[in-house]
Amino acid sequence: MNELQTILSDSVDGLLSERVTKVLVQKAEEGEFPATLWNEVEANGLTRVLVPEEQGGAGGTWADAAIVLKAAGEHVAPLPLAEALLANWFLTQAGIEVPDGVTTLLDGDFTLEGGKLSGEAKNVPWGRDAARGVAIVKGQVILASLDGAAIEPGINVAREPRDCVTLKGATATAKKAALPGNAMNLYGALIRACQMAGALGYLSTQSVAYANERTQFGKPIGKFQAIQQQLAVLSTQAAACGVITDHACAQVDKRGADAAFEIAAAKIRVDDASSVATSIAHQVHGAIGFTYEHGLHFATRRLWSWRAEFGAGRDWAETLGRETIAAGADALWPHVTAR
Amino acid sequence: MQPFRFDLCELPGETEGLRQEIRAFLAEELKHVPKVTRAQTWSGSDAEFSRKMGAKGWIGMTWPKKYGGHERSFFDRYVMLEEMLAAGAPVGAHWIGDRQSGPLLLRFGTEEQRQKILPRVAKGECYFCIGMSEPDSGSDLAATRTRAEKVDGGYKVNGTKLWTSGAHHAHYMIALFRTDFAPEAKHSGLTQFLVDLKTTNGITIRPIKDLAGNAHFNEVVFEDAFVPDSMMVGTEGGGWGQVTAELAFERSGPERYLSSFMLMVEMIRELGKRDGAEGAREVGRLVAHLVTLRQMSLSVAGMLEKGENPALEASVVKDLGAIFEQDMPVRAHELLGTAPTVGEGNDYEQVLGYLTQTVPSFSLRGGTREILRGIIARGLGLR
Repeated sequence: MNELQTILSDSVDGLLSERVTKVLVQKAEEGEFPATLWNEVEANGLTRVLVPEEQGGAGGTWADAAIVLKAAGEHVAPLPLAEALLANWFLTQAGIEVPDGVTTLLDGDFTLEGGKLSGEAKNVPWGRDAARGVAIVKGQVILASLDGAAIEPGINVAREPRDCVTLKGATATAKKAALPGNAMNLYGALIRACQMAGALGYLSTQSVAYANERTQFGKPIGKFQAIQQQLAVLSTQAAACGVITDHACAQVDKRGADAAFEIAAAKIRVDDASSVATSIAHQVHGAIGFTYEHGLHFATRRLWSWRAEFGAGRDWAETLGRETIAAGADALWPHVTAR
Repeated sequence: MQPFRFDLCELPGETEGLRQEIRAFLAEELKHVPKVTRAQTWSGSDAEFSRKMGAKGWIGMTWPKKYGGHERSFFDRYVMLEEMLAAGAPVGAHWIGDRQSGPLLLRFGTEEQRQKILPRVAKGECYFCIGMSEPDSGSDLAATRTRAEKVDGGYKVNGTKLWTSGAHHAHYMIALFRTDFAPEAKHSGLTQFLVDLKTTNGITIRPIKDLAGNAHFNEVVFEDAFVPDSMMVGTEGGGWGQVTAELAFERSGPERYLSSFMLMVEMIRELGKRDGAEGAREVGRLVAHLVTLRQMSLSVAGMLEKGENPALEASVVKDLGAIFEQDMPVRAHELLGTAPTVGEGNDYEQVLGYLTQTVPSFSLRGGTREILRGIIARGLGLR
């Protein structure tokens, strides 16, 4: 890790491990936005990792952002931290000044007329709590005010707000940016993959810790080979996801949107891993892990939600597979080794 | 915290020239080799090919020049390995000497052993096999029973080694023998020896046919075979620690996820003849896993280059690699439903035939799945 990465890592782990308590997550699931924590997240610059220094950001890379995104997943932070981090990067790409406050992503159908944004986005993360949203319409990045937006509240299975947001002539700032047509879905998949890698790391360490504590038949259950073998699988899955998401972020830093190959690979890989890993984590935890009281489900329910957001693994796999088949069997190895 | 670290590792740009040189060499050398033969890759043995690789300087690449090596980086060696595997080159003859026996001798061998043997290995003329498993000692390696009893000037060896791949081609075996027979010396009573398979009396090598009818591995019986003192490797009683180091070399390479690549390629070729989302999705999944495994494998290479010990990380990659490769014939069958063939049929059918029958060994050889996961569990602090 370089110096910025060490600072970011200490800052985000320190803040989230202290503040994201079980009570805080439970309250968030009951609909209470953790405003104090949000302010601290912003004050620590965590939503501005990808914003240039002259605009009050950290001037970081995606490799740096990965640290924050993984920590957000690992600590199950009930905030649109990942969304704001990406929204602010989109704004930066278009040269739009990054505002303070909660900014979310608007992934929907919008039209821009006379500087006003109209349309609808479903499943908007924390739409009800956000002051602004970022949409991408015809190559333009648009920062829209959500004052006066019609919000129909909804949640995903992790009980994170996923609201339907309807805008009619919302005040907006729009600028062209050199982003691919599927930028929202593509980079959305990247932030989710990183969060998932973080959550998978949590499942692994938490399950090992539990197996060392829980005693049955006179010894910690982690002493049984049947449990050890399961935990070994869980940990290798988490490790694989850590690597592929780091790789995807590094490739975005290196080749921009041409890293769609690695982003797709990352989302596919973490989706696959999440099925295996959530199953093992629950099996190792037994009945206690199936209770609301125990916090394991905060991570597993997020993984079940996130794997389907911004394209499920199967969708990205179809895209990647069609490209691979179209390029021809003999092109695969040269392509893989050229990255 | 996870006990293992997989830092990203990017190959230095200067390895690209080597990669292109190897590709050009392989395009010529493998021009007329059938795909099903290429599918054997490092299980396929071709002494002439090994000598050509030696002449190119592609064996013992990281070793000191004074032992016939080329003092190149682990990254250069990694590029060579992955290109050979992806193309399905018949690298089996020299593979073990290059991968683990040579490095073992560099670390624990005597000066005489190194000077006498390593230059020939690097030329692609001298081949090794691994004498670890026995009839009653598979995963439980410390249960090794083959006895090396001290006699005048050396040791008298009696016992049997089993599943010894390539013993019929090999010039030497690096063997793990028991030199202390006390019950409490289970681990501390083991010693490694260099055994000259071509000149030592009292050694019988019998081929064992595998389920596909091929005879890659053997039973090697020692009956009062004499091994001189000068052939001991490392210290008497130090065999367990040395073998553990050797296994880290054995498990750390890209062959642990690239032994079925030929099937992946031929499957993609077959799917190219038809259209469908299901096939595309499966290919996409396999590519995602391939790319992930390569990055993990590269990370292990980066640790080797830095002089770190990647034993735990190598176990992780080997376990995931075996799952990936064993899944491939299953996926191929689900998608295409083509009957695997032997000795006839198109490239895809034959490669499928070979690998369907071969992949069960991938989670057995070089440490079983259960042993690897036990190592990982120990790393996690569970045992």
